[in-house]
Amino acid sequence: MLPELYNYWVVIVLMMIGFYIVIVQGNLIKKLIGLNIFQTSVFIFYISVGKVADGSAPILAEGVNVYSNPLPHVLILTAIVVGIATMALALALVIRIKNAYGTVEEEELQERDLQC
Amino acid sequence: MLSHLPILQVIVPLLAAPACLLLDRARAAWLFACMASLVSVVISGLLVFQVHQFGVLSYSLGGWDAPWGIEYRIDLLSAYVLLIVSGIGALMMLAANTAIRIEIPPERQPLFYVLYLLCLAGLLGIVATGDIFNVFVFLEISSLATYALIAQGRDRRALWAAYQYLIVGTIGATFILIGIGFLYSLTGTLNMQDLANRLPQLENSATAFTAFAFLMVGVCLKLALFPLHLWLPNAYAYAPSIVTAFLAATATKVAVYLLIRFHFSVFGVGFAASVLPLHSIFLALGLAGVFVASLVAIQQPNVKRLFAYSSVAQIGYMIIGIGIGSATGLQATLLHLFNHALMKGALFLALAAVVFRFGSADIRHFAGLGQRMPWTMAVIVIGGLSLIGVPGTVGFISKWYLVLAAFERDWWPLIIAVLLGSLLAVIYIWRLVEVAYFWKGEDEVCREAPLSLLIPTAILALANIYFGIDTRLPVYLSDSAAQMLFGVGP
Amino acid sequence: MLAGIYGLLSASFFVSMDAVDVAFTEAAVGAGVFPLLMLTALTVAGRYEQTAHRRPRAAFFLVLVTGALLILGTLDMPPFGSPDAPAHTHVAARYIQASPTEIGIPNMVTSVLADYRAFDTLGEVVVVFTAVVGVLILLTSGGQRQQSSPANAVETMRSHMILRVVSKMLIPLMLLFALYVQFHGEYGPGGGFQAGVIFAAAIILYAMLFGLAKAQAAIKPSILRLLAAFGVLLYGGVGVVSFLTGVNYLDYSRLAADPVAGRHIGILVIELGVGITVAAAMILIFYAFAGYATGRAEAE
Repeated sequence: MLPELYNYWVVIVLMMIGFYIVIVQGNLIKKLIGLNIFQTSVFIFYISVGKVADGSAPILAEGVNVYSNPLPHVLILTAIVVGIATMALALALVIRIKNAYGTVEEEELQERDLQC
Repeated sequence: MLSHLPILQVIVPLLAAPACLLLDRARAAWLFACMASLVSVVISGLLVFQVHQFGVLSYSLGGWDAPWGIEYRIDLLSAYVLLIVSGIGALMMLAANTAIRIEIPPERQPLFYVLYLLCLAGLLGIVATGDIFNVFVFLEISSLATYALIAQGRDRRALWAAYQYLIVGTIGATFILIGIGFLYSLTGTLNMQDLANRLPQLENSATAFTAFAFLMVGVCLKLALFPLHLWLPNAYAYAPSIVTAFLAATATKVAVYLLIRFHFSVFGVGFAASVLPLHSIFLALGLAGVFVASLVAIQQPNVKRLFAYSSVAQIGYMIIGIGIGSATGLQATLLHLFNHALMKGALFLALAAVVFRFGSADIRHFAGLGQRMPWTMAVIVIGGLSLIGVPGTVGFISKWYLVLAAFERDWWPLIIAVLLGSLLAVIYIWRLVEVAYFWKGEDEVCREAPLSLLIPTAILALANIYFGIDTRLPVYLSDSAAQMLFGVGP
Repeated sequence: MLAGIYGLLSASFFVSMDAVDVAFTEAAVGAGVFPLLMLTALTVAGRYEQTAHRRPRAAFFLVLVTGALLILGTLDMPPFGSPDAPAHTHVAARYIQASPTEIGIPNMVTSVLADYRAFDTLGEVVVVFTAVVGVLILLTSGGQRQQSSPANAVETMRSHMILRVVSKMLIPLMLLFALYVQFHGEYGPGGGFQAGVIFAAAIILYAMLFGLAKAQAAIKPSILRLLAAFGVLLYGGVGVVSFLTGVNYLDYSRLAADPVAGRHIGILVIELGVGITVAAAMILIFYAFAGYATGRAEAE
């Protein structure tokens, strides 16, 4: 059982790295990078679920009998788009925060709020 | 047309949004958005009738039957929540034109209406669908719109609050995505009904358990269940007032709906209980939420924040209802869904009026408000009484059912805890009332709120009283829904 | 930059997993759009950070618990790549078996995306639309006029002759490639989303090399807003037309005499809607970011 699952486990490690970065980082932009890593590894997880051994890409072709599962691909395409949309909005927020506060470090943000 | 109502419920606001972008004038955009939201309410009402008559409505998108295609599935619970969301959405939209006048610059106002409609469409889409991945997509539509809307507050802390909510919300959504992934790897389907059929065979699977755990945590982040509620007070306090009013009355309700849907319809009541003491966890966290949030609320100088913490407490009550684990408990939760929307809708809308006149909702502005804005203050008093649970208001009805559910189980400590929670609410409401009626106001002259704000507020306040006395409709709907949900579970 | 490399790595991973459409999209997004937006944001926010980390031990514990839970979750999963897994034998099997006859296009991912689960894709387009409206409300003054001052023109990369010459040849090719990807999406990897991103990339390249002002004069923001809305309406409109032909929303079977031909038409039109909105949205987002950054630079 173990060797067959190690693919998933590697992905999980990647996920946790991303998750950790999001929580721990004080710099707003680095937090977003962590979020991106977290999300992308979830995508990799889904695609791994969809893989069929010895299958080929899910495009009908002559002489191919075994295809990989197209459904996770569809889901992940949508998830990637959602991810980038979220990132664009998040970066726009960061730019505005920088303009309003003069910093993108979480600690400094809290300090400046308390001074007001 | 009537057979297409389930999809029209979502399509009308969804397509109205880009159409609204094409109208560049704020007033035209507002009128168009009002029309779209009013049509949505009518559709919701019709859906309730249809479900009542015909039972569960199933609509196959693209002509492909479930589970090959995406299914829209409206049962009594969905129709009930749809009505709440669209009703609040329309009422708030009517007041929006005036409310945002001082908070959002005129050039941005058309964009505001577009985002509002998108948020509404997203929320409705979460409720109406029967496909679990579709839930994720529409959850993100409503969430992205929400982040942008919250950031429109005039205070720069609105930007920071929106960013924090974005981080937390995206983590929650990603957790939900993980849960969906695990479920798919086990069953091969994304249709919720189909999942419900296939999951009982997998009860002992660790994967199913993990899927459940991640889905629950993801939803609870969106719900603002204690201790995952930290994003809420800032987001509600610094967002434009009408946005707070809209969100407080709808967004968390939809998250509770999702919790109920996952818990009862997909996994079945027995599932969670067999692997986790989930009900005990809900009871503990719900109670913690009620007490901690109410205690913090008492100390808040900003009234918007005060009511934001109060919302966290009210959500705690809803979770307690689920935690009790009986049909009556669930009914109490469903009733509170409806009632809280009415209560907080009225309260935050009244606060919007205060902000409109004073520029902020700091408690100093409330001095003497009883004389200067009598109608607005009256609404706040009614809403406050409802929060406490005074007989004659809707708040009493949901607290009553909650106590009843606890009574059925002979859980006296719980009953006492609920009553103590109400007592805490009395304290923070009384604080407000005291300042408004017994303190001298500052010398600035101020008028009552404009009619365009006052009328929707009054409607909600009166609804608080009306449904507190004539309880037939909400009680009937929530009872039927609760019975149905318990009947479906294994 | 690292983000870009990470994106490319993910894309190649996807290819090795036979997920070619996803790889294409991830390459465009993860190695294209995302680093671009990051760089623009960094221009405003500053490149260096203070190394302030909050409560690392509590976070580490939380991450450990979550990771352990996830690993627990994988224990009962079907082995990696096994063809008998429920994931492959239920709904997906039908897609693979039936799509040649029901829909008749080789790319099964497109079949699922644009027909079987077309409503999800509508949601996806709306997400893009929501993001662009959100970015606009945050970064622009809201009005239609988004003028970059003439001083901006001086900032163009005059000194980079090679880039300018090469790009003048490259940009039309990129646009053509975008069109190819758009319409060939049924036969090979591709489709509306990827095409939209490539199209936007071409315009963004032009803007970077020849100046934001010139780009905005050629491809006006006001037109782009119209197009972004139009794409969504086009997609949603197909569904409305379905009503008129008497079937459910987004059911294409009656768009032509023969259901399969009808489905081809439906897929073509909605993919076009996706492409239009995505292209317009990406360019608008870039304009908004770049316009804000240069506006701040001038103000200082």
